[in-house]
Amino acid sequence: MQKSLRKYGWLFLLPTLIAFLIAFVIPFLAGVWLSFTEFTTVTNAKFVGLDNYIRIFTDNRDFLNAFWFTVKFTVVSVVSVNLLAFILALLLTKGLRGTNFFRTAFFMPNLIGGIVLGYIWQLIINGVLSGMGVDLTYRAEYGFWGLVVLMNWQMIGYMMIIYVAGLQNIPSELHEVAAIDGAGGFATLRHITLPLVMPSITICTFLTLSNSFKMFDQNYALTGGAPGKETQMLALDIYNTFYGSVGNEGVGQAKAVLFFVLVALVALIQLRITRAREVET
Amino acid sequence: MRTKKLVNSLLVILLAVLTVAFLSPIFIVLMNSFKGQFFISDAPFALPTRDTFVGFDNYLSGIEKIGFFSALGYSLFITVFSVLAILIFTAMTSWYLTRVRGRFTRVVYYTFVFSMIVPFQMVMFTMSKIANVLHLENPVGIILIYLGFGAGLSVFMFCGFIRGIPLAIEEAAEIDGCTPVQRFFYVILPILKPISITVAVLNAMWIWNDYLLPLLVIGSKYRTIPVAVQYLQGGYGSRDMGALMAMLVLAIIPIVVFYGLMQKHIIRGVVAGAVKG
Repeated sequence: MQKSLRKYGWLFLLPTLIAFLIAFVIPFLAGVWLSFTEFTTVTNAKFVGLDNYIRIFTDNRDFLNAFWFTVKFTVVSVVSVNLLAFILALLLTKGLRGTNFFRTAFFMPNLIGGIVLGYIWQLIINGVLSGMGVDLTYRAEYGFWGLVVLMNWQMIGYMMIIYVAGLQNIPSELHEVAAIDGAGGFATLRHITLPLVMPSITICTFLTLSNSFKMFDQNYALTGGAPGKETQMLALDIYNTFYGSVGNEGVGQAKAVLFFVLVALVALIQLRITRAREVET
Repeated sequence: MRTKKLVNSLLVILLAVLTVAFLSPIFIVLMNSFKGQFFISDAPFALPTRDTFVGFDNYLSGIEKIGFFSALGYSLFITVFSVLAILIFTAMTSWYLTRVRGRFTRVVYYTFVFSMIVPFQMVMFTMSKIANVLHLENPVGIILIYLGFGAGLSVFMFCGFIRGIPLAIEEAAEIDGCTPVQRFFYVILPILKPISITVAVLNAMWIWNDYLLPLLVIGSKYRTIPVAVQYLQGGYGSRDMGALMAMLVLAIIPIVVFYGLMQKHIIRGVVAGAVKG
């Protein structure tokens, strides 16, 4: 059967492969190469070794600042989104009246795009802050917490849906047995529910982590990095290095490569840690 | 038992209050879209009064300023045809990659999987330059880019599903004299329906809301909805808050409609996509 199919390989593979080469493979390889060169358009690249990578840290502190801001934001978001989503999921698997409606409503913001989300929250947060006579760009902390609130609003419903699916997979006999053995609500949660939803926790942590770390649209629309560049996250810093300044394309591309390495590392480490703690079922 | 009932009723009330609070930002934007532009920033929580109510003026000026209906058209066109292209072509590719075993297909498969973890910033500059050189900077050309970009996740999901389809079905079709092309379209494609809906939903969601890619590739000539909304913000010295509010509402409406129609599929797709991603 493989043989007869092989003859048609070009038909089945070619359209996707051509698109994949143009949109991803060639740009990726060219991107890695260009990070070691100086260029303004792709054709006038001049090899400069590790210069661009050194310049990331010597030209200014933008990348490092963006890195720490991103790390702080990611830690706070991952914890808050998952905690709130999990509590919500517990409430919404109790068989309460209206459960379906509540799930639908909480998931809704996840479908709205980052740019639109950014402007919705800009209005709300500026409205609250105007009572104090300031706005979002007055202090970096306002932007930080604004982004955290936005992220929670967007992601809680999504993560809740995944936790609900995980909770519904737990056989109800386990809860009954635990109750007979005299386990209270908290003991059941700690020793039965949590270990058994570990796969969902892995998935949700991974998703919130990579979404927070790579965030761009929301950051761009809500604060644009203001005040100054204090609320600029990594993706926005890379964008601004490319398109917001002149003659720094090589540095921008080097930052992009570092960003990619960071994202890949975070993903691998995180998967390894949580996979080890999953219960085999 | 009675206390449990009481607790449950209280929980339902609490959840109802939470839901209203949770969705209030959308209603606040809706409310402000009917107020004059100078009455929004200072008092976004105030209801429109006789002095501040402007009817649909913001909508009219916003639609004109950003060319909302052409943006809606581009967004619809690009999303629908990109999703269709992704569905057909990545399903074909996935079937081939799963059924023909060899070093080449394995390398191709893992390259697709690899592309899923690469952030867009890594390729945005080079990709938009290449799109430019190849004259893909139009609503048709960008579909090819989306096919390439959506391929990673879609191939991954299709392959996972196809591995579970018993070979016996295809062998029977082959004995009956089906060519591989017929086998794919008559036998495999119908079996792929449930996973296709998931793949379609996941791709539609990110392509519809995508901002940076359409901005960089076609943004100078053709604005999709997210690009148009952002343009309203950046294109004018003093920004028109009224028009912005109205355009936010118009940007949310298609999503609410889509969600209403496809709710079950969306939620199922999100769960399936997450489990595999």
